[in-house]
Amino acid sequence: MRGVGTGAGGGGVRGVGVRATGHAVRGAGTETGEHGVSGAGVRTEGRDASGGGAGPGAKGVRTAGAATGEHHASTPGAGAQGPGVGGVRVVGRRLGALGRAELALLGRNRGVVFTALAVPLLLPFSARPAIDQLDLRKQGLTIGTTLLTAAIGFSFLFAVYTSLVNAYVARREELVLKRLRTGELSDAEILTGTALPALGIGLAQALVLCAGSAALLHTGAPRAPYLILPGLLAGYLVSAALAALTASFTRTVESGQVTALPLMFLSMVGSGITFPTEVMPEKLAAVCELLPLSPAIRLFRGGWTGQLSTGEVLGALATALAWLFLAVFAVRRRFRWEPRR
Amino acid sequence: MDNDEHEHVIEVTDLKRVYGGGFEAVRGISFSVARGEIYALLGTNGAGKTSTVELLEGLAAPAAGRVRVLGHDPYRERRAVRPRTGVMLQEGGFPAELTVAETARMWAGCTSGARPEAEALELVGLSRRAGVRVKQLSGGERRRLDLALALLGDPEVLFLDEPTTGLDAEGRRDTWELVRRLRDAGTTVLLTTHYLEEAEGLADRLAILHDGRIAVSGTPAEVTAGRPSRMSFALPDGYFLGDLPPLAELGVCGHETEGRVVRLRTTQLQRTATGVLTWAERSGVELGGLDVRSASLEEAFLGIAREREMAA
Repeated sequence: MRGVGTGAGGGGVRGVGVRATGHAVRGAGTETGEHGVSGAGVRTEGRDASGGGAGPGAKGVRTAGAATGEHHASTPGAGAQGPGVGGVRVVGRRLGALGRAELALLGRNRGVVFTALAVPLLLPFSARPAIDQLDLRKQGLTIGTTLLTAAIGFSFLFAVYTSLVNAYVARREELVLKRLRTGELSDAEILTGTALPALGIGLAQALVLCAGSAALLHTGAPRAPYLILPGLLAGYLVSAALAALTASFTRTVESGQVTALPLMFLSMVGSGITFPTEVMPEKLAAVCELLPLSPAIRLFRGGWTGQLSTGEVLGALATALAWLFLAVFAVRRRFRWEPRR
Repeated sequence: MDNDEHEHVIEVTDLKRVYGGGFEAVRGISFSVARGEIYALLGTNGAGKTSTVELLEGLAAPAAGRVRVLGHDPYRERRAVRPRTGVMLQEGGFPAELTVAETARMWAGCTSGARPEAEALELVGLSRRAGVRVKQLSGGERRRLDLALALLGDPEVLFLDEPTTGLDAEGRRDTWELVRRLRDAGTTVLLTTHYLEEAEGLADRLAILHDGRIAVSGTPAEVTAGRPSRMSFALPDGYFLGDLPPLAELGVCGHETEGRVVRLRTTQLQRTATGVLTWAERSGVELGGLDVRSASLEEAFLGIAREREMAA
């Protein structure tokens, strides 16, 4: 309680008016607001000392901020930048704060970190004997690109999908999601901020895998490099959205090990992660192309082989977008923010 | 501007909340809270306090009725309301593995015009625990962390769901003192509690909830007015209730006996006490376990529960 009520006589002069300035300065983008002097106690002094005079002014600023929902965007100082820029800054700051906390949490969960980092590196090599049996040349594939694709697929599944199912369910059971919803963040910001570290780790891992396999597996340079990034984005974003969807019907972190299995299994077998869909019978391959992670794998592999036609690229992009929209739509309707009691 | 001209910062009309299984937790309640007022929702567990507060916080939409906080619907107009409210849920909701300082930093990053984290922790006396992980905090320390985060954005309206549960006596007094100071600075506070003395000592006005309805509401004085006071004592061996002067003449409106113990309910406490004590003095009787207390919220609270039971 020490901080309260310590405002000396001089504090009264500052008080509420300074707070308003503080908001404005912060809104413009610097971090030099006057908040340090404006504890609850000082604020009391301010209102008491100046009577009603200081009150309405400060209220005016607050109301103006609240009317558009964003304090920073609408305070006078931010006006010069336009509300759009201010809004983006605010969202960026919030996502950053949430992502940073989530990253710290991830770092303290060794099991999840190990799975996310090690599995995509180790698992592809266990599939190597099987891959050696396949006739890859015909499809323009090499052992190197096949192993790399497998590693990227496992990165989708382990660095992002299962790790995020775990994070969403754990935060919900700890009532963290409910608590966050009492604050200013939108639902989308809460889910996105929580996903940021996993997405960052996934993308970094993909870069390391690509560089590493170019050096060690002689994959050479990709023949259609412009497909690599869309492929990776499709894979990581669909994985994150499906993780939120899976978390919607997962009650505990433990049961997440079961509810995550269907997508993992389907993707490994059907999406071309453990073996290329090109070696499947044609009809089965056509169906499997519609699985959630298939377009991402196709785009990524196509980026290395350069053997995708424009139509195939557009088809894969459309499939990936359809899954993304479907997952986001379902999450908006079905996501559970509180534990069942 | 229109929002701030509202006399009532919180307005609730015919509010209902029904859970998935069809359970009606809130069954049509109405009340309003003026700016700068501390309003307490008092009730036993399951009375509907938290269910009500969650509707005010905008965590869920009501099944029927209307909620306005600062002139807005807190559920549909979330972006307009949230920057101006602070919330303390009944149970924490902080990642167990983060430290106190990390938790505060995260929350500050998500709050418009947040005061410095260190200042918020100082307000609730948690500064020395900044480096400790949340899972290692005591229950009372977690409540104080929750309060600190609710205060980060210097809110105009503060929702506190059982703010002192788990606090020791000193922590409770500190929290009360802080809440009073916030109120004096113009903050509107809505709190729930099952501690009668908390509601009685802290609230400007209160409502007693029972079975999802408001059984009685008003200032603590209004709520206790009309409630009987109590007097109890034990008679020595050989004396019986009939030996006392006629109870009706002493202003007694109800009595019960349990072994040698006599409990009287009275609307005229001074008269009753004087009558009984004068009789005891004259008869040379020593009354054991003498207890005389004026009408309190506790009496009102128990009375309501008793009346409802009889009606059911």
